[in-house]
Amino acid sequence: MPSPQIILAADVTTNRQHTNVAEVEQRLGSLELILGISAVRKTVLIIVLAIIWQVYASYLDNPLLFPTLSDTLTTLYDRFVDGTLPSRIWTTLQVLITGYVAGTLLAAILTILAINTRIGTDFLETMTAMFNPLPAISLLPLALIWFGLGASSLVFVLIHSVLWAVALNTHAGFLGVSRTLRMVGGNYGLTGLSYVMRILVPAAFPSILTGLKIGWAFAWRTLIAAELVFGVSSGQGGLGWFIFENRNLLDIPAVFAGLLTVIIIGLIVENLVFQTIERHTIQKWGMKE
Amino acid sequence: MLQAIQQKIDPTAGLPDVKAASEARSLLTVDQVTLRYKTPNLLITATEDVSFSVERSDRFVLLGPSGCGKSTLLKAVGGYMAPVSGSIHINGRPVKKPGADRMMVFQEFDQLLPWKTVLENVMFPLIVARKLPRREAEARAREYIDKVKLTRATDSYPHTLSGGMKQRVAIARGMAMQPDILLMDEPFAALDALTRRQMQDELLQLWEDTRFTVIFVTHSIAEAIKISNRILLLSPHPGRVKAEVINVDRARQDDGSAAALERDIHNLLFSESGHRE
Ligand SMILES: Nc1ncnc2c1ncn2[C@@H]1O[C@H](COP(=O)(O)OP(=O)(O)OP(=O)(O)O)[C@@H](O)[C@H]1O
Ligand SMILES: [Mg+2]
Repeated sequence: MPSPQIILAADVTTNRQHTNVAEVEQRLGSLELILGISAVRKTVLIIVLAIIWQVYASYLDNPLLFPTLSDTLTTLYDRFVDGTLPSRIWTTLQVLITGYVAGTLLAAILTILAINTRIGTDFLETMTAMFNPLPAISLLPLALIWFGLGASSLVFVLIHSVLWAVALNTHAGFLGVSRTLRMVGGNYGLTGLSYVMRILVPAAFPSILTGLKIGWAFAWRTLIAAELVFGVSSGQGGLGWFIFENRNLLDIPAVFAGLLTVIIIGLIVENLVFQTIERHTIQKWGMKE
Repeated sequence: MLQAIQQKIDPTAGLPDVKAASEARSLLTVDQVTLRYKTPNLLITATEDVSFSVERSDRFVLLGPSGCGKSTLLKAVGGYMAPVSGSIHINGRPVKKPGADRMMVFQEFDQLLPWKTVLENVMFPLIVARKLPRREAEARAREYIDKVKLTRATDSYPHTLSGGMKQRVAIARGMAMQPDILLMDEPFAALDALTRRQMQDELLQLWEDTRFTVIFVTHSIAEAIKISNRILLLSPHPGRVKAEVINVDRARQDDGSAAALERDIHNLLFSESGHRE
């Protein structure tokens, strides 16, 4: 009767160690690496769109309706060099950053209260339910009455646009942290603020980042729109005002240059700032949904 | 010797004096503990009137069919749940809340902090709970990572590890804290049979090295016999103590005594109630 038998594979030298890590972990090819970066793929796409713009506008040949890309870029360059655009951008960014940071801080305070107390939870849930559906820009007329024609009205509206999106996502993220991780945090004796900062915030970071991104998008759009409505504060308007002003002067290439600037800044923040943060956090940690 | 083990299994014999003798100096005493869950429309009694004590360097196993309240008991010892009646004392102090004197190793693979590398995961509780300076924490973390044979993965993030590697990190993290008791809730249950055996061997090897105290939950009789020196058998719905098996470490594979003990425990768990789970 045949008995069980173990036949070794031909090249097995007993318990061979992988002395060289490269045998197990191989690097990807460089083309694969470059195309793996989504920023690269998106840049290629933008270049294609730019070519289509240039060709179509030259064919149309009507700078009052639709200037060519080269006209727009020339104007953009001129306005940059003569200092108008940089100062407009600076005005806009100052207001934006003030509002964004203030809104985020308020959101942080609200969610920390909400996660630690029941009244805080009720408050946050009621407020987000009420204010989240309300477009921030609709508060502008009221803000103008309360704070007058100036940066503080804009900051108020911006806070409103950032606060609820960030708070809602952060709170949802905190609630979604797995019971195991929360028990681990308790096991380490972490309570209160240190528990929130060391366990909940990193564990909920994907949601928090989503909230920050949505908040940024809301704030950016709201601000440009608000500037288009009244714009000038203490004689120095922002980007939205720049667009509006040049439309009145029928300087359409400058309008396009303004719009292009808005897009470029939006792209830089969304695709560079946030994606860099994402790459160094949730992607590295394997937490991206 | 087999005879002696069987004697001790007998549910009516031995238990009271074991308890009385150990009460004064036990590391952990669980005294007539009843644990209940409150759900919106009913009250579920998970365990009722459970008493046991754990001595230093015990490898104490809670064994019983699914739903008999093993995890619940462990959570109560961990301080995540307060008993409805009875008391739990560790080193003579009542257990009120979770703490780093009782480190938990969970069954779930997501118990590691995904934003920290293996090294940082092991270091983190040493720094926040033991208040060790960074360098000391790192040295100790590296020592225990070596012990669980993960030196090569020291700087990896958890999501790049296999299930068994993650559990080994969790064990290293628990042991590096040198807690009074290590609480392990079916830490190997989600592993394949091969890895599981390997991990059991490694755990025993680690115990030989440092003689830590551990409460280990499982519903595998074979695993219980392999790992423990004492087993507490629980009956289901609600969980009550059915028997305590002592000197389990004297059962041996080669003379068939382990297999016999396994059969006895199985019969005891499933005989009278008449149902298998
Ligand atoms: N969060 C909960 N809410 C309500 N009842 C629960 C909860 N967790 C457990 N139970 C109940 O308590 C009893 C004991 O559950 P427990 O998880 O302790 O069992 P166990 O012995 O660990 O089982 P297993 O071996 O399947 O893990 C079960 O009847 C279960 O239905
Ligand atoms: Mg369980």
